[in-house]
Parts: sequence; C-alpha cells; structure tokens
Amino acid sequence: MSSLNAQNPTLRRRRAAEARFRRYGAAALALTSLFLAFLIIDIVGKGWPAFVEHRVELPVTLDSRKLAEKNYDGLIKDAIFARFPEAQSRGQRKAVLALFSHSAEQALAAQLAEAPAAAGQTVKAEVLLSDTADLHLKGLSHLADPAAIDALTARLPVTAHFSWRFFSHGDSREAEEAGIRGALIGSLLTVAVALGLGLIFGVAAAIYLEEFAPKNRLTDIIEVNINNLAAVPSIIFGLLGLAVFLNAFGLPRSSPLVGGLVLSLLVLPTIIIAARAALKAVPPSIKEAALGVGASEHQAVFHHVLPLALPGILTGAILGMARAFGETAPLLMIGMVAFIADVPGSISDAATVLPVQIYLWSDLPELAFRSKTAAAIMVLIAVLFAANALAIYLRNRFERRW
Amino acid sequence: MNDASPPLMKPPLPRILADRPEKMAARGVNIHYGDKHAIKDLSITIPDRAVSAFIGPSGCGKSTFLRALNRMNDTIPSCRMTGAITLDGRNINDPDVDPVQLRSHVGMVFQKPNPFPKSIFENVAYGPRIHGLCASKAELEQRVEESLKKAGLFGEVKDRLHQPGTGLSGGQQQRLCIARAIAVNPEVILMDEPCSALDPIATARIEELIDELRQNFCIVIVTHSMQQAARVSQLTAFFHLGTLVEFGDTDKIFTAPTDQRTQDYITGRYG
Repeated sequence: MSSLNAQNPTLRRRRAAEARFRRYGAAALALTSLFLAFLIIDIVGKGWPAFVEHRVELPVTLDSRKLAEKNYDGLIKDAIFARFPEAQSRGQRKAVLALFSHSAEQALAAQLAEAPAAAGQTVKAEVLLSDTADLHLKGLSHLADPAAIDALTARLPVTAHFSWRFFSHGDSREAEEAGIRGALIGSLLTVAVALGLGLIFGVAAAIYLEEFAPKNRLTDIIEVNINNLAAVPSIIFGLLGLAVFLNAFGLPRSSPLVGGLVLSLLVLPTIIIAARAALKAVPPSIKEAALGVGASEHQAVFHHVLPLALPGILTGAILGMARAFGETAPLLMIGMVAFIADVPGSISDAATVLPVQIYLWSDLPELAFRSKTAAAIMVLIAVLFAANALAIYLRNRFERRW
Repeated sequence: MNDASPPLMKPPLPRILADRPEKMAARGVNIHYGDKHAIKDLSITIPDRAVSAFIGPSGCGKSTFLRALNRMNDTIPSCRMTGAITLDGRNINDPDVDPVQLRSHVGMVFQKPNPFPKSIFENVAYGPRIHGLCASKAELEQRVEESLKKAGLFGEVKDRLHQPGTGLSGGQQQRLCIARAIAVNPEVILMDEPCSALDPIATARIEELIDELRQNFCIVIVTHSMQQAARVSQLTAFFHLGTLVEFGDTDKIFTAPTDQRTQDYITGRYG
C-alpha cells in the first residue's frame, strides 16, 4: 500500500501544474473584474452630474408692455437685474446673465401659456442655471469670478433636482439643455427597422438553408460567405448603405430607415448563424416523428422544429440587436452624425443614435458635455444589459428539455 | 427510377404465407448511400395482419430497407433506390404517389421514443388534424381516446391528457408514439427497434401490444433481439450484408434454418 501515500515527483509536478493553472485562471478573472469595476466607477463618477440640475425660483414682475409684446427675454432680464442692482457695467451684467440658461424665456412663455397671469402680477419662474454655474455649484469647475454666483445663492433659493430634462429633451448647443431623448428614440427606431428586417430575412434564410436547401457546392459557398459576412468590418456596410440606399435609391439621408437597413445587413449574418444553430439543435427525431405520421416537410418544420428553435432564434436576435444598438461606424457614413435637436417622429425624419451622440458629445469643448457623454454611456450600457438580461430570461423561460 | 429495372420474378412465398394476403412487396430493390451499396437486389413479400420481424447483425441494411417501405429515405439526399416496392400492388415510388399520403398509410414507430414536446392529447391529435380526418372536436377527441386505448395507454393517462407527453416514462412514451401512428388509420406499421431503449417490463408491454395490433395491421418490426423476434413475430427475415438471406416462418427460422449464415447468426457465431 506504499504507493498510495508516496510523494513521487511525477505526482508533485502534476499537482503543481494544476495549482498553477488555477492561479492563472483566478488572476485573469481578477484582472477583468478590476477593469470592469474601474470602467464602471469611472463612468458613473463622471456621469452622475448630468443627472442633477440646479434651478432657481425667480420672481418675475410682468411688465404690461413687454407682456403684450411677448418679450419674455426682456421680462426675465428685468427680473434678474432687479435682484442684482449692483451690476451696472456691461461686464458685470454679462457675468450675471451668464449664470442663467437661455432656456429661461421659453420656460416662462410655456408657464404663462399654461397659467396666464395678468400684467402687473409677479409670478415665480423656475429658471435653469447655466452649465457653468451648475458645474460651479456641483464643485466640478470654479468660475473665474465667483462673486455673482455667491450673490445669487445668497439672494434666491437655488435647489438641485433630478434632471428629467436629460431624458425628455433632444440635443442642444447649450450643455445644460442637451438631452438624449432624440438619440434614444433614433436608436429605438433604427434598431426596430434593423431587427424587423433582419429577423424576417435572417430566419427565412436560416430555415431554408437548414431544412430545405439541397446540400451541394453552391449552398456550401453560401454558407462560407455568410460566415465571412459576419466578419466584414461594419464601416463597409456603411459605405454600401451610402452607395445603395442613399445614392441609388435616394432614401432620406440621416434617417432611421436607412440606418436600420444598413444595420439589418450587419446583423443578418449573426441572426442567420444563431437561427441555424438553434434549428440544428432540435433533435432530428422530432422532425422524423412528424414526417412519420404524414406531415409534409413544410408542416414538420413549421409545426414542430421552428417552435422548438424559437427561444434560440430569439436569443440570437436579441444579441444581434444589442450589437446593432451599439454600432457607430456605419451610421457615420449615412449621415446620422449631424447635430439634430429635434426628436424624430418617424423613421424618415433626420435622427441620430445613442452611440453617435456619445461620439458627438465627447468631441465638444464645454466641460458639461463631459458628464453628458458619460451619462449617455451609462444609458447605453443599461439598455445593452437589459437586452442581454432579456435574452437570458427568454432562453431559460422557453428552453425545452427532451 | 424503376422503369429501368428488368421484369422480375415474384419471390416464392413461405409456406405460411400461402393463405395470407400480400400487403407489401419488394422486387429487386437496390439502395445506395453515396458509394455504399446498402441493399442488394432484395425481393420480399410481406403479408397482411401478421408481424414480420427483420433480424440481422448491425449494418446489415434492415433499418434502411424498413425506411424504404414508407419512403423515409427520401429525406436523406445521398440515398438512391432502384427496384419496386408495392403497397397492395401499387408501386409506392411512382411519380404520382405522394410520400406524405404514403406515410399516412404506412406509419412508423422509431427506435427512441420521440413524442412531440406537447401534450399527450396533441401528440395523438396531430396526425388526424393535418390529414383532416376529423370533422369536429368531439370526433377528434373520440379518435384520440380510441387510439390511446388501442395502444393500451388510455387507462394510465386519461386524467392527464393535457400534460406533456415528454413527462411519461420511456415505455409509456413509446406506446404514445404507437397511438400517434395508429391515429391516422394506417394499414402498415413499421417499427424500428421499438424496444431497444426500454426496460424489460416496458418491453413486455410493447410486445403484448404488438401481438394485439396484428389483428388489424400489417406490422414490420426491426429488432436486434432474436428472443423478441421469436416472441412477437410470425415471420422472420434474416438480413446479412445488404441481402435477404432467408425469410420464412419464425418457428422454422429459429429451429431449422436452411442457410448456414442464418444458422451461425441464431446460434451466436456473429452479430
């Protein structure tokens, strides 16, 4: 029995190799977790200020002439200067006005349209602070001359709020007003078009190739090329879209329609490959059983094989959609990179998408756009996580055992 | 594909077949899988209302020939067949014979129980439904019940007809598959090693069932078990290397085979 506990050198080497392998694995895992944690902490740390905005309650006395002329800008300015009587020089006045957002006049107009007030009355207007004043209050960057902002906080109640504006507004040149609604809707429309087309053509192609197509040289070539297509750089699809959909077909530039068409080409190979794998995973005995009771090939596939493959197909489609959602390069080629302030109402309106919005914002000099960029990244990642979670849920929910 | 084959003699019937009507017959059948010659010039006459067992070592072509009887080999692209197979004298490979129609006359039960991952009811109802055999829901329910009764399963599942068929035991699943095959009113039932995935008790039940079914159907069963062939069949065909060596009364095959190869196989020399 001596061989059972003997510590021979071969055994020791085997143990050492195993322990080493485990350490490598743990180290790799730790490193990736560290990177992920760093990424998330960095993005959340930079992005949180975009979800907070500062507003001030400004009493506005409605001068009858300016109200009649709808000179809301004048009303706001009067109200501001009434609170800063010491600001007399042009420079001082400019510094005071720079504390407030340009959106104040539209906000006042909207407020008065909703709750009309007579001339001579004083109404309380919620005025958004400008991006620089906002950043100063958040302690992120300090104004060169803090006198004006200190006077403002001393004289009027400045309060911090959750910035719904970030989700309800489109892009803007003014950092404090810029939101992701336009880009988010643009993304949803684009991905809806891409997924609709990609799913229909992808699943149809997969069913045909897997269940009906003769296995010959031609289908082999098609199969290899579908795999090749999945590896084509996405910008090539953008150029194709530019040449075909915009130049040849004359579809509207910058629209989610064209973006969706381009992205559907991009996700098509992914969906075909996933759908074929899902169809292949259905045991052939199920199809044989259907054929055995006299179902036609078509009935066997559509009554039995396809329903069983559906969870797998959906998982593939959602992963393809997640890829389309994060895609930037091909959309630059078809003009979805323009500054678009309006929220798109249909798939033929000019629009941009979330990743392109991130790209655009990351390029802007204003400091406030830095946090907007990080915040948009947070929203994008949240949507992608949600899509992946849905894919996992669907897979677990509908996966059948046989 | 059959026109090229020369006119063929009818193979002589085994003695016991003389008083039984012919159901299916094969004349000079050759089957190729790509380069492999799986069935070589095979002729056989299968009688109605009897159980014919195909035995032989693995790879002898017995399953391939069985699948040719309801054209299941059509789904394999590399598979080619020449010669004639008839059902009630009609060539099943004629261009105007639809394989889908054929399979409703010649049903099949597979090696591994393969119920659809649907309810027990839906499993049996599927065939009648796609063939439009039942006009009303009540009629369909009645047919499902009858089929399950014929398959000896109704008593065990009558309270859970709407639960998944995949939740049954292996033997019950196989009887469900038999009920599914019966439900479309076939004339012939082909069984490809139906008991090879089952335990002895479930096997015994299936064998009893096969014995009952022979009153109404022509049954062809492929089996690896010589004892099973001896127990359930009236006729036994011994296949070897793609040829039909011997076909005749089961009793005679197992007691006094005429061919040396059959003798060697049943005494356990090979296989």
